[in-house]
Amino acid sequence: MSLLEIKDATLKFGGVVAVNKLSLSVEEGEVYAIVGPNGAGKSTVFNMISRFYQPHAGTFTFDGQNLLERAADQVADLGIARTFQNIELFDHATVLQNLLVGRHRHRKTSLVEELFFAPRVRREEIAHREAVEEVIDFLDLQPYRDKMIAGLPYGVRKVVELGRALASGPRLLLLDEPASGLSVEETQDMRWWIDDIRKQMGITVLMVEHDMGLVSSVCDRVLALADGAKLAEGTPAEVQAHPAVIEAYLGAGAV
Amino acid sequence: MRILFKTSYTDDIRLFPDRWTLAVYGALMALAFALPWLIDEFYIGEVTNVLIWAIAGLGLMLLTGQTGQVSLGHAAFLAIGCYTNTILIEIGLPFIVAFPLAGVITGVVGTIIAIPALRLHGIYLAIATIALSILADDIIVLLDPWTGGVSGKFPDMITIFGLEIERWTMPVRFYYLVLAVTVICTLFYRNLLRSPLGRAFAAIRDSEVSATAMGVHILRTKCKAFGLSCMITGWAGALMGYYAGAFNNETFSLVISITLLMMIVIGGLGSIHGAFFGAVVVAFLPQALSILKGATIGGSVAIPGLETGVFGMILILFILFEPMGLYGRWLKIRTWFELFPFARKDMFRRQKSYLKTERLR
Repeated sequence: MSLLEIKDATLKFGGVVAVNKLSLSVEEGEVYAIVGPNGAGKSTVFNMISRFYQPHAGTFTFDGQNLLERAADQVADLGIARTFQNIELFDHATVLQNLLVGRHRHRKTSLVEELFFAPRVRREEIAHREAVEEVIDFLDLQPYRDKMIAGLPYGVRKVVELGRALASGPRLLLLDEPASGLSVEETQDMRWWIDDIRKQMGITVLMVEHDMGLVSSVCDRVLALADGAKLAEGTPAEVQAHPAVIEAYLGAGAV
Repeated sequence: MRILFKTSYTDDIRLFPDRWTLAVYGALMALAFALPWLIDEFYIGEVTNVLIWAIAGLGLMLLTGQTGQVSLGHAAFLAIGCYTNTILIEIGLPFIVAFPLAGVITGVVGTIIAIPALRLHGIYLAIATIALSILADDIIVLLDPWTGGVSGKFPDMITIFGLEIERWTMPVRFYYLVLAVTVICTLFYRNLLRSPLGRAFAAIRDSEVSATAMGVHILRTKCKAFGLSCMITGWAGALMGYYAGAFNNETFSLVISITLLMMIVIGGLGSIHGAFFGAVVVAFLPQALSILKGATIGGSVAIPGLETGVFGMILILFILFEPMGLYGRWLKIRTWFELFPFARKDMFRRQKSYLKTERLR
């Protein structure tokens, strides 16, 4: 059984069909990429998985559970973490605090315990901190631990956002354009991290990405999307060579 | 330059990060405790006033500074706290039970009001909460049998295990009571900041979308913020009632709400220090103004609206030139000295923020 299975998902904004009868399945332990021109509906698929958008038709199943029964804030509890295309960090908090918010779904303490900072809160805080420190070590964020997000460069913010998603201990990681706006070196780092996330941590990755170099080097399978519908699916090489994909990107007659 | 070596995770969790901070706040605590021996009773009364405003400021700070929800209705919660406390004591509860309960009841009322109100954002929430301030006045008049209506109420003398406390005849005892409540509220605030709920508040303030994606239930968390904020405000209201000695439907007006909001903006949004700095300004400004007026144009000349005008001007100047408030200025000065001579002028400049995913709202 696939970890994430989407069948015939359709979403309309007024008269615009953003996603049209899209089906895809992501297997446990693979890196799966969605590519496509701007406005193809890639991020919309992510927002449906995160339950920000309610699809008009279709089924979303994660690990045998119906995703559509969950509210947006309950998706994290299932073990789905995500990043955003336009970095959505908590700007007026430190890197450490941002990563600790990622641990939110693991908290067990009640309001009253937290008001009095009961011993249990302290124990849990230390446990959260240990989990977060592992992420900090993994992503080499040590120099930025106590820095405010508002003062950090773009590339670092991108990594912090990845870190926040990892801190929640997900089974499925949704990366919305992890390499957009990154330099060549930073993209290279991102590539190794995605590789390690899959191999060391055993986390399944679903990502949207424009950088075909990155996609073909880390992904097992790629889905090409245009105008909300599936164009092609397969290994990166297969998709890149698919006539319909070339037509969507370059126009008819370019081959 | 102070260098911190952290050797365990508790270094970041404990109340005081290092010995120096502990020493500073210990000294401040000792000073606050010794104050009645240092200054005379009139000024003790003034300091008590500052502390009560600071408690109210902490309440609103939790909601506005920490969670990012503006409220212009907090005078209503001061009123609820004040009346609840007085009524509970009148029906025979001892102060030690009635006072905490008054805060909790205010918190519960606040949470119930928050459920519909918090579906609004930003300026719309501010407008909705203004209505609360205005309604409170009428409701107090309508509930005449309990609240005393227009003629108001006079709180009884406080008795804690036989120890009598009264604001006018025993200002020092009242001061210690207020000081104790201030310390407790500050500790509550601090504890929240270092636990998951406090981080969830900040997460909602900065990005509701990603807070949701991290598993924070937005409405529930906002309601908690509103409830806790109202609880602290309720305590401040009860103390304000004792401090004023008499109160009626006009005591907790919209002007008080606006003053509260102004106070935390001037003090510095999002920090405990900000509430205290702001309280000092709000409590001493009228006195400072009347002294200034006396020195320049003579104290007998009445200028209507002078106080409000100066307040407004100060607020505008702060928003324009010192958006981080007095606490922000204090941080800048401290950093300059700590890093001397390496401080740079643009160290505190905010980077332009990137496009936010607003369309998901």
